[in-house]
Order: sequence, then structure tokens, then C-alpha cells
Amino acid sequence: MTKPVILDCRNVWKLYGPQADTFLKTNPTPSSADLEAANLIGAVRAVNVQIRKGEIFVIMGLSGSGKSTLVRCMSRLVDSTAGEIRFEDKDLLSAGEEELIQIRRKKMGMVFQQFALLPHLTVLENTAFPLDIQGVDKKTREVRAREVVELVGLKGREGYFPRELSGGQQQRVGIARSLAAEPEIWFLDEPFSALDPLIRREMQDEFLRLQSILHKTIVFITHDFDEAIRLADRIAVMKDGIIEQVATPEDLVLQPATGYVAEFTRHVSRAKVIRAASVMEPLNGDSFAGEVSHDAVIEAIADPVEASDLPHKVMEGDKPVGQISRKAVIDVLVGRR
Amino acid sequence: MIARGAKSGWLFWGPLFAVTWLLSSYSFQLYKALDARWIVRYPKGWELPLEDRISAFLDWLVESAGFYFFSFRDLTRAISALIEAPYQVLRNLLVEGFSNGFGDAAVQIAPALSWIAVIVTIMAIGHYARDWILSVLVGACFFYLAVFGQWESAMVTLASVLISVPIGVVGGLLLGILAYRVRWFERMMRPILDLMQTVPVFAYLVPILILFGFGPVAALVATVIYAMPPMVRITIVALNSVPKEVIEAGRMAGCRNRQMMWKVLVPSAVPTLMVGVNQVIMLTLNMVIIASMIGAGGLGFDVLSSLRRLDIGGGIEAGLGIVAMAIALDRASQAFAERSIRHPLEGNILQRHPWSGTVFLVVASTLILGQFAPAIRTYPDALTITTGPFWSNAMQWINVNFFDTFEAIKTVILQWLLLPVKKFFTGIPWPWGIVATALIAWRVGGWKIGLLAGLLMTFIAASGLWPKAMVTIYLCGVSVLIATIIGIPLGIWAAESPRAGRVILGLMDTLQTLPSFVYLIPVVMLFRVGDFSAMIAVILYALAPAVRYAAHGLKEVPPALIEAGLMSGCTKRQLLWRIKLPLATPHLFLGLNQTIMLALSMLVITALVGTRDLGQEVYIALTKANAGQGIVAGLSVAFIAIITDRIINALAAGQRERLGI
Repeated sequence: MTKPVILDCRNVWKLYGPQADTFLKTNPTPSSADLEAANLIGAVRAVNVQIRKGEIFVIMGLSGSGKSTLVRCMSRLVDSTAGEIRFEDKDLLSAGEEELIQIRRKKMGMVFQQFALLPHLTVLENTAFPLDIQGVDKKTREVRAREVVELVGLKGREGYFPRELSGGQQQRVGIARSLAAEPEIWFLDEPFSALDPLIRREMQDEFLRLQSILHKTIVFITHDFDEAIRLADRIAVMKDGIIEQVATPEDLVLQPATGYVAEFTRHVSRAKVIRAASVMEPLNGDSFAGEVSHDAVIEAIADPVEASDLPHKVMEGDKPVGQISRKAVIDVLVGRR
Repeated sequence: MIARGAKSGWLFWGPLFAVTWLLSSYSFQLYKALDARWIVRYPKGWELPLEDRISAFLDWLVESAGFYFFSFRDLTRAISALIEAPYQVLRNLLVEGFSNGFGDAAVQIAPALSWIAVIVTIMAIGHYARDWILSVLVGACFFYLAVFGQWESAMVTLASVLISVPIGVVGGLLLGILAYRVRWFERMMRPILDLMQTVPVFAYLVPILILFGFGPVAALVATVIYAMPPMVRITIVALNSVPKEVIEAGRMAGCRNRQMMWKVLVPSAVPTLMVGVNQVIMLTLNMVIIASMIGAGGLGFDVLSSLRRLDIGGGIEAGLGIVAMAIALDRASQAFAERSIRHPLEGNILQRHPWSGTVFLVVASTLILGQFAPAIRTYPDALTITTGPFWSNAMQWINVNFFDTFEAIKTVILQWLLLPVKKFFTGIPWPWGIVATALIAWRVGGWKIGLLAGLLMTFIAASGLWPKAMVTIYLCGVSVLIATIIGIPLGIWAAESPRAGRVILGLMDTLQTLPSFVYLIPVVMLFRVGDFSAMIAVILYALAPAVRYAAHGLKEVPPALIEAGLMSGCTKRQLLWRIKLPLATPHLFLGLNQTIMLALSMLVITALVGTRDLGQEVYIALTKANAGQGIVAGLSVAFIAIITDRIINALAAGQRERLGI
């Protein structure tokens, strides 16, 4: 777990209201009461997060928790009031207009809640739009756009206009557009919130499929805890502009740091987050019914482990690291731990 | 809480009205008793010499103002040349044909476009914009112009429309973009736009006349100035309503400012911008007749000269020509606004561009065939129909048979409505008028609006225009009252019954497409000149917004509230009075506001039928080419408009706040 940090936010603040800029200079660590007294809204408060290469980092929070503002600070769509943001070891906040344009063109991609497609362009033209802006010639950018459109499963609809597509298809175009320029870091701002539950599920699968091919560094915003648990390598839970906890889904469920996080995790089915490695016992004996991966969630391995009298061997790659018995699985399933 | 508000409301409005009424009725006695003539007449000695100053400034501008390298006159000449060149090309194309040399030595190189070619072109545009139905409609409108012998005038008008609309649209778009990008520019533009839209056109005709001289160029300049402000406003609104996420998507794609504007913002705003284009076209046509006062030819000139000759039939005929053209251009541009981008067609060049292809073929073939068959080049005179005598006879017949009826109606309304109201308003002593207006504005919209109202009214008094301003207010008030009394029930009816709604709103759409001047023609024919005729014309012109906003307001009431009313057992009548109308009041206020604005703009035009109000003052200034007089009177009209606009908007805002919308 020591992949390099791509995006590093240190003590990032974003305040809205009168004299928001100067307020933090006189009072660098204001409390909620201080902010209220100064008529300020603390959208993002003292946020420290490190996004590592190749991980899916989910920021979870209810509406008004500041998650959208935080992701906009990371992409500098919003200028943070104080703090430091380093992207690939360069100070993002001191980047000039021109440098910022180049960073966004080459290294960042973003997907929006309401899709934000340009109504007058076709699927292909929308996808090729970032390349058009960079001045890539028409032929090259269309070849690339066709690739991405095919990748997101819209082959055959290149000539459609956004209004002729369903919500799910429109968001596929949004995804294709954000990937067209092959970004290093991929921001998704509640990409599936505007979709029906069934479509949302389908799009989450699609998203995981894409990530298994692309291995991007991802910052994913959502208000849906189940979605966060399904997709995330790590989750940051946000409330009133403050990050309450950053942890893997499993740790979040097993060791909630605050009452607020516990409130969320209480009703989550544990079999969906607890992994074999967390409940395995040390190896003893040498007869096993089979092998399971150490990072498989219990829900996925429950059927075979339950069905056999013998324990299963837990493998980390080629190396056996422990064993898991029927009892351990049942304990998780019925909520005994 | 509400009861207390209502009570203190009566404590304010009751005494205010009582005092005003008393002062109005006994101002003369008061002046005699106190021997203070200033009570009833603003003293001449206190008047501001604004008129002369403005006229002198304009003289200076034209005679001697200069920048480093060129004089002001050079500037206006350059603008003239810039506008004149393309206008002349269009005129040659549509009317005169291209020729080499001048006068008798002129050799024609190419004739003007054949009438068939023009009709096919406009039909192709109609089909491109929507479908065959629209194509046939616009084709029929233009064919009407040919059959009724209006072709040549219509093409002159079309040439000026084709020049002023692009200038108005592009100019408005650029100013709008600038205002969107630069904060202080927007703040500066807002009051200017307010003024431009409320100062009557006549007021700036004189300065334009002085700067550009009599002729088509001056007319085009006036038209552009008149038609551009809504485009600026709509551009600002359209750009501001592009979704925030779309802008962010553009920024994340790495757009530079220019790319953001032209590749993201403007294309996303096109549907709304097209509404602005439609507005520019309609206002341009509205100006056609007025612009002919300073040298535009074409249909407008025909109407004006017929009116001057009291040639009823000719006036109506040319007026209908303008209407036909207005309907065609309005429907076509509306269709463009609603048109969504379509997929490009496949095939060879003719299959891919069926419309341009057809037009090209027709233009080419009529050009060649026209050499042999003159009927193709110009619509044969023998086949034209004139309806002039018919209209004249019809009017005569109505006048002979219904004269007494009309006269009776006119007398009753004059005696029981117009004259008492006029007496009330003109009787109010000017100092109290200022105070009362300021009090009303303060009560409704706070001290800022109160102060503004007081200052603006003082300006009117100080210009020596108080009595005429009161006549304007009285005529406007009565007309708006009647228009509202007729309009709101019509709007309710339109909202309640979809079938009636289609007919009524369709009729209102058509009424709004008619240039304001057209309303005068039948009214003058039936009621001759005077306040009554002016009132009828103003009511007809200002009716549409009252109807539309009422209908719109009722339709906007949330269905959940109506269902809640139904489930509480409301009868239809209770539903209307207890739920729909109260919730629609903000819309009704906006409708009232629009009605007043239209009434004021029409009032100025009714000066032609002999009212003695500010409009007349502006019109006199135009005939005497007195720029200062025109501008001061025009500003006075604008100020009345601005005061009422602020007051009613404050009322609507207060109402919205109370309803929590």
C-alpha cells in the first residue's frame, strides 16, 4: 500500500462569505461557532487527504457536506481559501493560468452529475471536444474519439445528439469525453446520482470494468454510502466541510471513528465489506476444501465455505496466509462480529 | 399580522387619495385664496434650460467637434458609408438591378431578382426552418405582396430589414458578451438599456436626422438603435443561464477564454439567442413606418403618405403588406428558434443541400428566362388586384350606417370616463404631484425608489412639461385600466379552456406582430382624431400582455395546490378566486407592467391623431427638428415609464415574497 501520492491536499480550507480571504489569517483554526459569528460558511475545513496512484478514492457525504466544493478545489475550478494542494509534486495553487490550462488539458478529466454535454455537438464531437480545444486535427481526434466511444459501449451512436440519448447513455458520453485526453487523474462528481437505481447499478459495473482496463487514479464523489462501499479502495466521509474519517470500506465498518460514521455503517451488510483476511485464522492442518483470495469479501466466498466441513485456504497471490472456516463466515453473516 | 398590514394600508392609501382629490378639485380656489400662482403652474423662471443646452451641444458636435485626426462629422460620414454600401447592394439585388454608370448613361448589367426567385427562396427558408406548412405560409405571405401590387415597396423594406437585423443582432450579441464578461460594463449598460427601451423613438429621430441627414441611412441607424437593446438583454440572460456544469466541463477541457465563449457558451445559448433574433426582427418591422419619417422608403412610406392624404384604402393595403411581411418573418424566425440541429444529409452535393440547390437553380433559371418573359422578372401589373377601393367603400359604409352608434359610444365614454379622469389628473398641483408620487413609491418599494420617483418627477416639472405629462398619465391610466379589465378575464378564459386558449392566444400573437402604427389606421377611420381614438388604439396595442401574463400565471399554479383545493371540496369558482388568482398575482403584476410600457410607447405614436400629451411634444419637436425639445420630452416619457416599472416590480416582488415563491 505504498503507491506514490499523486494528489496531496494539506489543510485545505474553502470559506464563503464576507472577507473570507483575510479571516483565516487572523484565526487559522476557527471553530464552527467562530465561522457562524463571522457570517462565513465553511464549505471545506482543514482537509488533509492523499490520493495515491491507481486507487479509487471516494469522497462520501450528504448534500451540503462540501464534497463537491472539495473536488472543485482539487481541480481548481474553485480556488481554495487556504492550504496547499500538490499535484504530481507540483504546487497546484501557484500554477498560472497557462500552466493550469495545460494541466487540465493533459492530466485531468472530469465527469459531471448533470452530464454537462454540449447540446449542439454529436456524441463523437462531444467526446472529441477536449482534443478539439487542444487543437488536435480533426482526423486524429475522431480516431481517438471513436476508440473511447467504443470503450464506453456507445459504438454505433456516434452521430446521435445528446437529446436523443437516455440518461445512462448521456453519462457514458460524459465519461468518454473525460477520458478522451487520457488524463492522469479522473474526477467523477456524483456521476450516477441523476440516474435510475437500476441504471445506476449497471453504470457502477461499467465503471469498475473500465477501471480494470484503465487503472486510473480516481476521485469519486457520491452521497450514496452503498455506492461508496461498492466502488472504493478508500473512502473519506465528509460532514460540514470536515473529513470525519478516511479508511478502507472494511475499516470504516469495523472501526468507525466517530458517531456520525457509525450511524452510516450501522446498517451496511458486513458481508459486503469484510474481507477474508480479516476473519481468517492462522494455518493449522493440511486438508482444505479449496482456496480463496485474501481480499475477497465474505459475501463472495460465503457459498463454498459454508458448504464444506473443511476450512478453505486463504491465499495472497501464491502464498497461503491463513485459513477460513464455516463458523467465521457464519459469524459475519449473522452479525456476530 | 395580515389584518394589521391591511389596516395600516388603508391608513396610508385612504388619506393619500383624499388629499390628492381635494387638492385636485380645489387647486384653483387655493391659488386664488393664497394668491400663489405657482401652485397651479410651474413658474417659467424656475425652468431648466435643458432643451437649449442639448440643441447647442448637438450643433457643436456636428459643426466643430473633432478628435485628433478626424472630426465628428467624418465619423458619422464613415458610418454612413459603411451602412450605405451593403444596403445599396441589397437594393440592387431586390429592386433596382445592377447597372454601370449613372443616369441616362446607365447600362444594366443584371436585373433584380425575379419575384419568383424571392418567393422560392423564402419558401426554402421556411421549409429548412420547420416544414412544408410553414413554407407555404411564408410563401403565401410574400405572394400576397406580389398579387396586391406591393412588391417593389416590400422589397425596399426587406432590403432595410436585411441590413438592420444583422447589425442589431451582431451588435447586441457583442455588447451582451462584453456585459457578461465585464462586470462594470454590465452595471453601466443596465440603466442605458432601461432608457433606450423607454424613450420613445421619435425623441432620438431628431438627433439622428441632424447627425446623418434625411435618408435611408438615418432610418437604418434609428431602426438599429431601436431594435438592439432587447438583443443585448437576451444575450446577457442567455449566457448567464448556461448551466454551471457545462462551463466547468469547458474549463476542465482546458478552454481558453475565447474558446469558452465561442465553443461552449454561445453555442449552448443559441436557442435563447434565437428568441432575441426574433425580437430584433419584430422591432425592426415595428419601426418601418416611423423610420419612413426620416427617409426610409418602402411599405412604411406608403402607409405614411396614404395616411397624410387620408387615402383610407391605400393605407390599409400597405399596412396589410407590412403585416404579411411581419407574419412571414416572425413565424420563420420563431421556427428557427425552436429548430433543433439535425443530422447532415447523405448523398451528392444536391442531395446534401436540397434547399440551397433548389434556390440556386430557380434563381439561375428565372434570371435567364426573365430575359425573354418579363412576367417572370416582375409580377405583371395586369394581374395585380387592388383592394384600396374596397376598403374605402367599406369604411364609408360603416361610417354612414353606424355613425350615430359610434358617436354615442364615444360621447358616453368621453363624458363619464375620460373627462373626469382627465380633470382629476390635470388638476393635481405639481408640488403635491411630486410628493404623492414619491410617497407611493416609498411606501411600495422603499426609500431609494421613493427618492428616485421624486427626482424624476421633479425633472418633468422643471422641464415645464408638467401639464402634458399629466395628460399622458391620464390617457395611459385609462387605457391600461380598460385593457386590464378586458385582458385579465380573457387570459383567465384562455387558461381555463384550452380550446378558447388556442384561439385567444393565437389572436394575441398576431396582434403583437402588427407594427404599432397599423392600429391607428382603422381607429382614425372610425372615430376620427382625439383622445378617444388614441385610447382605443392604445388599448388594442397594449391588450396582449395583460391576456398573456394572466393565462401564463394561471397555468403556472402548481398542480399539487389545485389538487389540494379540489380535495378540500372547492367549487370551480372558489378554486379560481381562492387559489389560482392569488398565486398568479405576481404574473398579473408583470402583465400590468408590460401593458403600461406598451401603452406608453403607443401613446407617443397616437400624437399623430391629436392628443395633447408628451407624445405631441415629441412629435412637434420632430417636425421642427428641435433636438433638445424632443429629447427632454422623450426623457419625460421614459421617466414616467421607469417610475411605474420600479413601483410595479416592487409590488410583484413583495407579493412573491408573501407567497413564498
